[in-house]
Amino acid sequence: MSDSDTRHVEQLAQQDYKYGFVSDIEQELFSPGLNEDTVRAISAKKGEPEWMLEWRLRAFRHWRTMDEPHWPKAHYPPIDYQSLVYFAAPKSSEDRPKSLDEVDPELLAIYDKLGIPLKEQELLAGVAVDAVLDSVSVATTFREKLAELGIIFCSMSEAIHDHPDLVRRYLGSVVPYTDNFFATLNSAVFSDGSFVYVPKGVRCPMELSTYFRINAANTGQFERTLIVADEGAYVSYLEGCTAPMRDENQLHAAVVELVALDEATIKYSTVQNWYPGDAEGRGGIYNFVTKRGKVHRAAKISWTQVETGSAITWKYPSCILLGDDAVGEFYSVALTSRHQQADTGTKMIHIGRNTRSTIISKGISALSGQNTYRGLVKIARSAENARNFSQCDSMLIGDRCGAHTFPYIDVANPTAIVEHEATTSKIGEDQIFYCQQRGIPVEDAVSMIVNGFCKEVFQELPMEFAVEAQKLLGISLENSVG
Amino acid sequence: MMLEIRDLYAAVEGSEILKGIDLAVDAGEVHAIMGPNGSGKSTLAQVLAGRELFEVTRGEVLFEGESLLDKSPEERAQLGIFLAFQYPVEIPGVQNLYFLRTAVNAQRRARGEDELDPASFMRLVREKARLVELDEKLLKRAVNDGFSGGEKKRNEILQMAVFEPKLCILDETDSGLDIDALRTVADGVNALRSPERAMIVVTHYQRLLDYIEPDRVHVLSGGRIVRSGGKELARELEKTGYGWIENRTAGAGS
Ligand SMILES: Nc1ncnc2c1ncn2[C@@H]1O[C@H](COP(=O)(O)OP(=O)(O)O)[C@@H](O)[C@H]1O
Ligand SMILES: [Mg+2]
Repeated sequence: MSDSDTRHVEQLAQQDYKYGFVSDIEQELFSPGLNEDTVRAISAKKGEPEWMLEWRLRAFRHWRTMDEPHWPKAHYPPIDYQSLVYFAAPKSSEDRPKSLDEVDPELLAIYDKLGIPLKEQELLAGVAVDAVLDSVSVATTFREKLAELGIIFCSMSEAIHDHPDLVRRYLGSVVPYTDNFFATLNSAVFSDGSFVYVPKGVRCPMELSTYFRINAANTGQFERTLIVADEGAYVSYLEGCTAPMRDENQLHAAVVELVALDEATIKYSTVQNWYPGDAEGRGGIYNFVTKRGKVHRAAKISWTQVETGSAITWKYPSCILLGDDAVGEFYSVALTSRHQQADTGTKMIHIGRNTRSTIISKGISALSGQNTYRGLVKIARSAENARNFSQCDSMLIGDRCGAHTFPYIDVANPTAIVEHEATTSKIGEDQIFYCQQRGIPVEDAVSMIVNGFCKEVFQELPMEFAVEAQKLLGISLENSVG
Repeated sequence: MMLEIRDLYAAVEGSEILKGIDLAVDAGEVHAIMGPNGSGKSTLAQVLAGRELFEVTRGEVLFEGESLLDKSPEERAQLGIFLAFQYPVEIPGVQNLYFLRTAVNAQRRARGEDELDPASFMRLVREKARLVELDEKLLKRAVNDGFSGGEKKRNEILQMAVFEPKLCILDETDSGLDIDALRTVADGVNALRSPERAMIVVTHYQRLLDYIEPDRVHVLSGGRIVRSGGKELARELEKTGYGWIENRTAGAGS
């Protein structure tokens, strides 16, 4: 970013945390456990058409034949899927903190630093309150504007009712219900998520963010998102929230499917900051996500992610470069501190001719954090003149953390050019001292050095997100230099 | 007295490097510290700046009457102590200008002054960049990243000019500079000479002292100041080299 950008960005950062949250609608409690009846009940509850239920059931039957994968470099106690509750993440008032006094003080300190008002802190931390924060009016004007352009932006549940043809055509077309253990589970029991359709030749004039989606506050642990950009369309979508969200549901298994038809562009940006657990690593979220895009002729999908939260992250936003001249990009910053574990990366599958992909991954590990980059670049026989450039940089802060890189390269066409660069560096005592000697306190110095390290990724983020991401890294790194 | 060093001992990784330094520097003075490679010049400079890598095992350092040794490096910087590094550090991805502004404002905040607004800051930096003949393009690049040796040294002097510290410590700012660059750097330093400011100029060669005329010259060897004198001492060293010292300390030690 240029200096004036930085300035603008700083002003933005100082604004109040401006998006409200829809208050919880009283939710019914499903008994724990998972069987066909649970799936039927979920579908019935949402008043879904028969085809949707059938799809869920097929997924469920398939899921029962599958085993949980253990290849990621992550360690966690076994998950008892029968003890989970599969509908809309109900929280009974007794289980929730009665007031902010019962919430992890460190979490509160972070809210304060992000400038989040008390009422919203209560909501984020899951305190049982009746506050109604109304973002509905903003969202309504926003949706009217989009509707004029023929852009559909609604919850997945609404889309199933109102746009069944589009949903039937594309749901599962990128991540089939048989795909993998977590995606299949999601297909059977998904709660809700976003649906976006941008018609031919339309450039979506604003960043789409779940903040503006009505009733999106609690989409639960099995979120399902589908974004379709028709020929020549453009859309930029923002997922997530910089405020660390407290959630009783430890397991999150989302699926995101992107379809970029000929000459379309989808830019998908995520800032993920789920609760990472307390200082001993207790109570954090397991985030097992399947994200994939199909990129048709001369189309482009660009994934940018900043991952700072969760106890365990397992996530490989990928691109299938189907059409000739298709472009896939992956820009990632993953920070693990304390006892966090991240196993993340991407897959770029080149099928069309002249397809190009770029991977820039920045992993930062501090304290006892473990950070793994796992990436696959596959060049099919059909992919004449495919090109990939990958750069995976790791930064270590301290001696107890770890960084691991597993780049898999599979080339079946001799005309391909695949380049891979990897570096591992320790944040230098000399760099920190240099900053200190200029009057910059240690924590600011670390944050500045790390932000510099991540610059190539941050400059891919929409500006408001970039500011928040930078602040977030700074906060996540506090007390990490010993 | 601005700076008083008394019987200072410092060690790194268990081996003692400074072995009883005494030095007093007053405002308005320029002191040169010379000596063979490995004699502890950079160690002394870094200890004054507060680098934790070096452990002070004995002695004390007073800055304007206050003890320095229990202060963090940033506190010392905020008090007005500046070190121009022998090997300036690269910080990839952090824009030089952004770094400078963060530093200036951190120092100002610590002193209870208002932060500089962006326009005044830019004016200040431009003016100082002209003074040290630093190409403005370097302001937009990452801190020292890919800078040539000479560019790095100019960048150090630029920072010094922008911060206007009370005590400037220059660690071999002359090494690796051609004669033109040396002259510009020296001009920059001389422009900062003032009755309120003190300077400690560390150098291996007499060369720099042709341009920056010192009030006192000290010869450091084996972690001790073995000789002090006026500017004529530098000339003498130019002729005799450091051989005599090494012989002498070797003799004294055995
Ligand atoms: N970080 C360090 N670790 C170990 N030894 C060091 C370190 N820095 C300096 N030394 C040692 O201390 C002595 C003095 O070094 P230095 O202060 O750099 O000398 P000068 O600047 O006079 O050339 C040398 O013997 C050098 O090897
Ligand atoms: Mg030296």
